[in-house]
Amino acid sequence: MNAPTGIGASVRRKEDYRFITGQGTYTDDINRPGQAYAYFLRSPHAHAKIKSIDISAAKSSPGVLGIFTGADLAADKVGGLICGWTVTGKDGTPHKAPPHPVIALDTVRCVGDQVALVVAETREQARDAAEKINVDYQALPAVVDPAATLKSGAPQLHAEAPGNLCYDWDFGDKAATEAAFSKAAHTVKLDLVNNRLSPNAMEPRVAIGEYDRATDTLTCYSTSQNPHVLRLIMCAFIFGMPEHKMRVVAPDVGGGFGSKIFCYAEEVACVWATRKVGRPVKWTSDRTEAFLTDAHGRDHVTHAELALDKDGKFLALKCSTIANMGAYLSTFASSVPSYLYALLLAGQYTTPAIYAEVKAVFTNTTPVDAYRGAGRPEATYVVERLVELAARQLKMDPVEIRKKNFIPPNAFPYQTPVAVAYDSGQYALSMDEALKLVDYKGFAARRAASEAKGKLRGIGFAAYIEACGIAPSSVVGSLGAGVGLWESASIRFNPTGSVSVFTGSHSHGQGHETTFAQVVSDKMGVPIDQVEIVHGDTQRVPMGMGTYGSRSLAVGGSAIVRACDKLIAKGKKIAAHLLEAAVEDIEYDKGTFKVAGTDKSVNMQQVCFTAYVPHKYPADLEPGFEENGFYDPSNFTYPAGTHIAEVEVDPGTGHVTVAKWVAVDDFGKVVNPMIVEGQVHGGVAQGVGQALLEQVIYDKQSGQLLTGSMMDYCLPRAEDLPSYTVATTETPCPHNPLGVKGCGEAGAIAAPAALMNAITDALGVEIDMPATPEKVWRAAQTRVTRQAAE
Amino acid sequence: MATVSITVNGNKVSRDVEPRTLLVQYLREHLGLTGTHVGCDTSQCGACVVHIDGASVKSCTTLAMQCEGASVTTIEGLAKDGKLHPMQEAFREHHALQCGFCTPGMIMSAVDLVEKNPGLTEDDIRHGLEGNLCRCTGYHNIVKAIAAASKTMGR
Ligand code: FES
Ligand code: FES
Repeated sequence: MNAPTGIGASVRRKEDYRFITGQGTYTDDINRPGQAYAYFLRSPHAHAKIKSIDISAAKSSPGVLGIFTGADLAADKVGGLICGWTVTGKDGTPHKAPPHPVIALDTVRCVGDQVALVVAETREQARDAAEKINVDYQALPAVVDPAATLKSGAPQLHAEAPGNLCYDWDFGDKAATEAAFSKAAHTVKLDLVNNRLSPNAMEPRVAIGEYDRATDTLTCYSTSQNPHVLRLIMCAFIFGMPEHKMRVVAPDVGGGFGSKIFCYAEEVACVWATRKVGRPVKWTSDRTEAFLTDAHGRDHVTHAELALDKDGKFLALKCSTIANMGAYLSTFASSVPSYLYALLLAGQYTTPAIYAEVKAVFTNTTPVDAYRGAGRPEATYVVERLVELAARQLKMDPVEIRKKNFIPPNAFPYQTPVAVAYDSGQYALSMDEALKLVDYKGFAARRAASEAKGKLRGIGFAAYIEACGIAPSSVVGSLGAGVGLWESASIRFNPTGSVSVFTGSHSHGQGHETTFAQVVSDKMGVPIDQVEIVHGDTQRVPMGMGTYGSRSLAVGGSAIVRACDKLIAKGKKIAAHLLEAAVEDIEYDKGTFKVAGTDKSVNMQQVCFTAYVPHKYPADLEPGFEENGFYDPSNFTYPAGTHIAEVEVDPGTGHVTVAKWVAVDDFGKVVNPMIVEGQVHGGVAQGVGQALLEQVIYDKQSGQLLTGSMMDYCLPRAEDLPSYTVATTETPCPHNPLGVKGCGEAGAIAAPAALMNAITDALGVEIDMPATPEKVWRAAQTRVTRQAAE
Repeated sequence: MATVSITVNGNKVSRDVEPRTLLVQYLREHLGLTGTHVGCDTSQCGACVVHIDGASVKSCTTLAMQCEGASVTTIEGLAKDGKLHPMQEAFREHHALQCGFCTPGMIMSAVDLVEKNPGLTEDDIRHGLEGNLCRCTGYHNIVKAIAAASKTMGR
């Protein structure tokens, strides 16, 4: 018997063959006839005035086709990069979004800012020529620290943003929260830094701009997570041109994690320059440029407090956060530390009052935007570290304090005090499963065994929540989003029964070619190898919103189901005609249309063929077998679960070994368990990276990026990570047709809190991420001194 | 310009290249073998690993000229007569790839690791992958795949 291929089966991925044989087509694998190469001269200063740029020597360098500066783009009226989400501050004014030129005009505001573009016959010639450009900079003082930038006397980045303030925003009920704190039996306080991260998708960004004179059309090949949105931004805001004259192709993309959502300067510049030089123009980022220019993630400084009654019931939570936006506002930057953050501060708990205030600030650093989890890991980190600390201070078991405060399963839909209404969940169920898998009862013995070896053992929990399936358009619209966040699908049956599915979602590792094919195969009764999934090309796929926020299956998959349902409805009419029965009497199940109560039936292939060869066909029905589906979700989805980390710390070296990792997640229905597990593994790895190893560091004086290569920025390697024990519980999403919730970000959301709770449990001292050996060793010494004093 | 002749995936090829041309550029840009990837500029990621005379090497840190007369195998040359190498099979079977960008280098490193080291343990495999980065999979399934391939390869 063949292995199952429908919903719920761990189907091996259809896309893998090309990747394991080296036949994938990533953007850098594309070369256009006559292609020239772009190289960007970048600012070596974190902050400087450009007094002059002399390109005379560079111009005559061998192979040069053109050298362009910000003035050239301005002369062509090329618009600047935009932020697509307007956050309104406490005082009712919109956030400050200062101009973000594609190539700097008179000021550079971070190391790596674009100063000039060189196009030449070869990459090497372009680079050689760039070295001959003479830029006269007047260096200015720089500020990189999010708290320091707000101080009076700090260097000012933008005239449009006095005090370097982008917005001062709050959310929640301040009065109710303060009232609850004033009568609380216990208050727990914590200062936290959420370290700045560099996403580091293994494939660096690439862009090719190409102009076709015959059709007067521009094509942009780009490593993008959302080609349609990129086209929309470039056409509507940057070039002022109709969308049908621009095609964006995002072929195989080597990981994104958020960093490839945004519209970047380089792709705009290549698309613009192709007409200037009359040749296709290609730019390939190297890793150093990736560290300098790919939007970073996180970078929060937070003070948080939790109020509890005498029994450990949560009464209120408040936090105030400074969020670093970097030098300019990236495409969706403003939404990340506001709506994607504060709205998740209820976590899995019944905390009745919550208040958050967030100041978003500009500094002389790379822009910060969404990175895997985007705002939600920061929220979970605040909530779960507070809860763990509360358990310690109240001398309660960390499991007990959580269970005491969980939203009970019968309380759904549950309206939180921070706007969102959770759809469904069984939080204690996931936690109990996780406790079993980690053998919580055996922890004391394991701790004793570690201690006998002179090691410290700790266990840490994260009961996380996320809001995925982004997002109901009316809701995000009311919060300031400039786009709708629905998704599209088009399903085209070919006359002999094979199927092409065009989706607005974009796969850059998530395995849509398999998961979506499973859905279509299951619904339409077509063998999975007869289903092809097409994505990533604005010329082939209907307008779509792309992939981020764990939205592809919940929103994109739902659009596919919509289109399937329309085809089935049409198929019933065709079948009724063929079977000489009433449409109401046709029953449909997995590819078979049957007259109820008889054995008369036709299959999908016959129906499809008839739609294209309509010799015997209903008079009032259009021929053809192809439908579009658009789906706008009615709510976010709320995946949740418990991750438990167990660590062993060597107090002599500060080295942390992750001894156990248990993840029990509730993603609703699961279409492909193998792929879902893989997503959890990858998410956890990035979360462990954040907690143990990764941190973008700038020199405080000069603003130089000190972690600008893989030799300086520590990415997790195989030896740094454990094997994971991964399981799921299943509480279906009640409001989308597949019952799915999304799984892409969960690991990155849960892992930092779980791991830091385990490390601080082992140490008995609160520390910030990343828990490097030095930091852990120092904390271990404090512990030793304290114990001696006691 | 210098003429560099190499046997690549069993075929003798010869190209005139600038002396500063790296092996990875020779493969990708001069031969169109784009299965070998470039993920970094500091010899850290291993996306570019190929075999030179049977040993895994980072092709981003090797000059094409150094390979004059050598025999180079890339990911495109690993499957023989349309039959996947057991390591390729294992990567697919165990979902050891997501975006696929690290995969060619990962597979080439893994083949060499297994061929040279019989009886690999999980720790050996994790240590053996110190030159290869993957940002997608968290390595769990890569380690599983290599352990499985080690068995099917009779090691
Ligand atoms: S490209 Fe990164 S090691 Fe060769
Ligand atoms: S599969 Fe994407 S980097 Fe390894």
